[in-house]
Amino acid sequence: MKVGVLVFPGSNCDRDIAMVTRDVLGQPTRMVWHEDRDLGDLDLVIVPGGFSYGDYLRCGAIARFSPAMQATIAHADRGGLVLGVCNGFQVLTEAGLLPGALVRNQGLHFVCDRVGLKVERANLPWTNQYQAQQVITLPIAHGEGCYYADTAILDELEQHQQVVFRYCDAKGATTLESNPNGSLNNIAGICNRNGNVLGMMPHPERAADAFIGDTDGLALFQSVLTSAVGAIA
Amino acid sequence: MAYHYQAKIYVTLRPSVLDPAGVAVQSGLKHMGYDNVEQVRIGKYVEVTLSAENEAAAKEQLDRMCDQLLANPVIENYRFELTEQIAV
Repeated sequence: MKVGVLVFPGSNCDRDIAMVTRDVLGQPTRMVWHEDRDLGDLDLVIVPGGFSYGDYLRCGAIARFSPAMQATIAHADRGGLVLGVCNGFQVLTEAGLLPGALVRNQGLHFVCDRVGLKVERANLPWTNQYQAQQVITLPIAHGEGCYYADTAILDELEQHQQVVFRYCDAKGATTLESNPNGSLNNIAGICNRNGNVLGMMPHPERAADAFIGDTDGLALFQSVLTSAVGAIA
Repeated sequence: MAYHYQAKIYVTLRPSVLDPAGVAVQSGLKHMGYDNVEQVRIGKYVEVTLSAENEAAAKEQLDRMCDQLLANPVIENYRFELTEQIAV
């Protein structure tokens, strides 16, 4: 499985992701500069966290127009796998690959914490190494992570089971208290209708190596690897 | 011949979108004694100067700029005022 990690001016989680895919999982991984436009060799494109182009104007708004993102949109349209984490999630919504938008946290605070998440479905290339309804813990660190979409889009997301991760308490209850940013329906991550594009605010790459503590995020990367190997076999 | 225009663009959150920063400023005003403030909404102000063949062409371009980049139609509305700049 060949992995590409986009690098915008201002990306700061790009090497964390490469550390997981290259060093922990042993998969060929290359960094894709934002001006590059050839992604033809890649199986998985990851849009990492950070502050693309300084997040001037709106988070992720300018990144959408970069050559690398144009190529990422084409990759997704071909059915290729695309993962956006944190700022990457914001970029994917701005690019129209995922519906809705991420707005300022309801409490106004930048939140840096570890949160409970419910894995809503385990039949995606992203989640096949989790159990459906499993409760996991991942780190978050964002100021504009409140998921917003109008009622029609929210209904559509729920109807097509596009909500992949929801903020929850230790028992898996999606309560107001377990929602760190005011996201509608406690949404922490969603996929597109086909399931090949996933955007999430929590950072699985920061919980994928026992050396630094938690490993609840590793299964996400192992899921992709498993489905990629399955696709080749 | 091209004319020069200045656009004053106002980008505001759609009424249905919660504006926590606006709520925080409202509570600040309340602490200062302005109990009569009913709502505060915070938006963005963007100035763009451009040249165009005529006013209609400038407006059409600005609409596209706002739809594509300056505003996110999922969460924001926009409006702009256009004035012709007289060369000195």
